[in-house]
Amino acid sequence: MLRDITIGQYYPVDSKIHRLDPRTKILLTMIYIFGLFMLDTFWGYGAVILYLLMVINESKVPLRFMLKGLRGIVFILFFTAALNIFFTGGEIILAQFWIITITLEGVILAIEVGLRLILLIIGSSILTLTTSPIRLTDGIESLLNPFKKIGVPAHEIAMMMSIALRFIPILLEETDKIMKAQMARGADFESGNVVQRAKAMVPIMVPLFISAFRRAEDLAMAMEARCYRGGEGRTRMNALKYQASDKIAFIIGIIFIGICIIL
Amino acid sequence: MVEALNLIYEYQTADEDGEIESVVRALDGLTVSVEEGEFLVVLGHNGSGKSTFAKHINGILTPKEGTLIVDSVNLDNEENIWKVRQHVGMVFQNPDNQIVATIVEEDVAFGPENLGVDPVEIRKRVDNALNLVEMSEYKKQSPNQLSGGQKQRIAIAGIIAMQPKCIIFDEATAMLDPIGRKQVMDTMYKLNKEHNITIIHITHYMEEAILADRIIVVDKGKIYLEGTPKQVFANVDEIKKIGLDVPDATYLVYLLNKEGLNLDNSLLSAEEVVNALCQLK
Repeated sequence: MLRDITIGQYYPVDSKIHRLDPRTKILLTMIYIFGLFMLDTFWGYGAVILYLLMVINESKVPLRFMLKGLRGIVFILFFTAALNIFFTGGEIILAQFWIITITLEGVILAIEVGLRLILLIIGSSILTLTTSPIRLTDGIESLLNPFKKIGVPAHEIAMMMSIALRFIPILLEETDKIMKAQMARGADFESGNVVQRAKAMVPIMVPLFISAFRRAEDLAMAMEARCYRGGEGRTRMNALKYQASDKIAFIIGIIFIGICIIL
Repeated sequence: MVEALNLIYEYQTADEDGEIESVVRALDGLTVSVEEGEFLVVLGHNGSGKSTFAKHINGILTPKEGTLIVDSVNLDNEENIWKVRQHVGMVFQNPDNQIVATIVEEDVAFGPENLGVDPVEIRKRVDNALNLVEMSEYKKQSPNQLSGGQKQRIAIAGIIAMQPKCIIFDEATAMLDPIGRKQVMDTMYKLNKEHNITIIHITHYMEEAILADRIIVVDKGKIYLEGTPKQVFANVDEIKKIGLDVPDATYLVYLLNKEGLNLDNSLLSAEEVVNALCQLK
C-alpha cells in the first residue's frame, strides 16, 4: 500500500492545461495569487470565480477533487471568519449582546477574506493537480536558472527535490518494516500519552537515519559512476519548450487577471 | 581492457580522536588482466577484496600502490578517471540505491544526460537500451513498482545508454530472488555475446560462474585460483578450504571419485554428470 503513495496530488489525465509548459503554469499561478490580493469589489470576485471555473473545466479534473484540498483549511477558514465577524468595528450594527457587536462591515470582511482563501487554495492546487512532480521540478529549475548568477543553486535544488521524490516512498516502506520488526519484539507504539509515544519512536528513527545515510552514500557512488558532475554541461532528454499554446494561455491569463483587478 | 598490476588498498578505521585504530589490507598485490570481450567472473567470500577490486576499475577507489590501466588510460589522475567512467559502467548490489529518477526512462537517460549527449540521440539510446533489457513496456512507470530483477535491468539499461565497452557487476545479483537473478544473468550473456561488451561479474554464487570465459578466485586480496570454470572447479579441496562452494554437480563427481569411481573431475552441469554416469560400465 505504501509504495503506491503519490507525492503532491497529481491527477493524471490529458488536457490542454496538463500539456502546458510547467513554467507557464507556475508563472500564471504567481500572477493569479498576486491578482487575488488586489481584488476589492464583488464584481472582481465574480470575474475571478468565472475564470477559475473555466480553467477547471478545461483541465478535466473533477471539481470535487479540487474541493478536497479545502478540507485541510476548514478550521483556519472558520477561525478567520469568526475573528473578522466579531472584532471588526463598523457603523451598521446587525446584532449586539454582552461585549460582542456584529457589524455589517465585519460580515462583509469575513466573507471577503474567506473567499480569498478558498480561491487561493483552489487556484494553486490547479498547478499541482495538472503538473507531474518531475515537470514541476524541471519548471522550477528552469525558472531559477537566471538567478544562478547571484548564487542560487538552481540545478542542485531541482536535483535534491527529484531525489527526495524518489526516496520518500522507499523510506516510508522502510519505516513500516522497522516498526513491524520492533513490534515483533514487543515494542508498543500505540498506548501511553504523547510523550511516551514520542519516546517510543526513537528506536525507529535511529535505524531509519542510519539506513538513509547508507542509501545516500550508495546513491552518490552510483551517480558518480554514471559520470554525474553537477549541472555543468548536462543536456536533458525531455527539455522544456514553450509552444504556441503557452503564449495563448499567457495572454488569456494576464488579460483575465487584469480585468479582475480593474473591476 | 583492464590491466591491474600489484594493486594494494587498505581500509583504515579511526577512533574518535582521528587516530588510526586498525588497518585492513583489502587488496594485497592483486594483478589481473582482462581481455576485450571477455566474460570474467570474480569469486570470493565476504571480505576477500573482490568488491574493492571492482570499485577500483572505474576509479571510485584509488589504489595505495600499484598501477591500473583501463581502456589504455592510466587511472592516476582525476581527468582520466572521468574518461574511463564513460566507457566502463558499473551495476551495484542494491537495486533501489542506484536509480536516480522517478520515471524509468528518465533514469535510463541520466547517464547520457551527464555526458552532454544531444536530446534526440538520448531518446534513441534510451529506447534501444530499454529494448535490449526487455523493459520497454515499463518506460513511463515509477521504479518503485518494479521487482528487484526489473530494477536491476533498468540499472543495466542506464549503463548501456552510455554505450560502454565494459560493464562491471558488483554483486548485482546478491539481493535478487532466483527469477530476478536469472533475468539479470541472461541480460549479461546477451550483452557479452551479441554486443561484445566486456563483462566483469563479481559474485559469490558458483552457479553463475559456470558459463564464464574465465574465473578468478580472490582470497585475502590476492588471486587464489585462476582459469576456465572447468580448471577452477576441479580444485574442490582448495575451494572448500577458503570457505567457498563448488557447483553441486562438480561436488557430486568429487564425492563419487572419492568412493572409487573414475569420473572426469571437470564436469560442471547436471547433464554432463548424467551423461558420464550413463556411460559407466
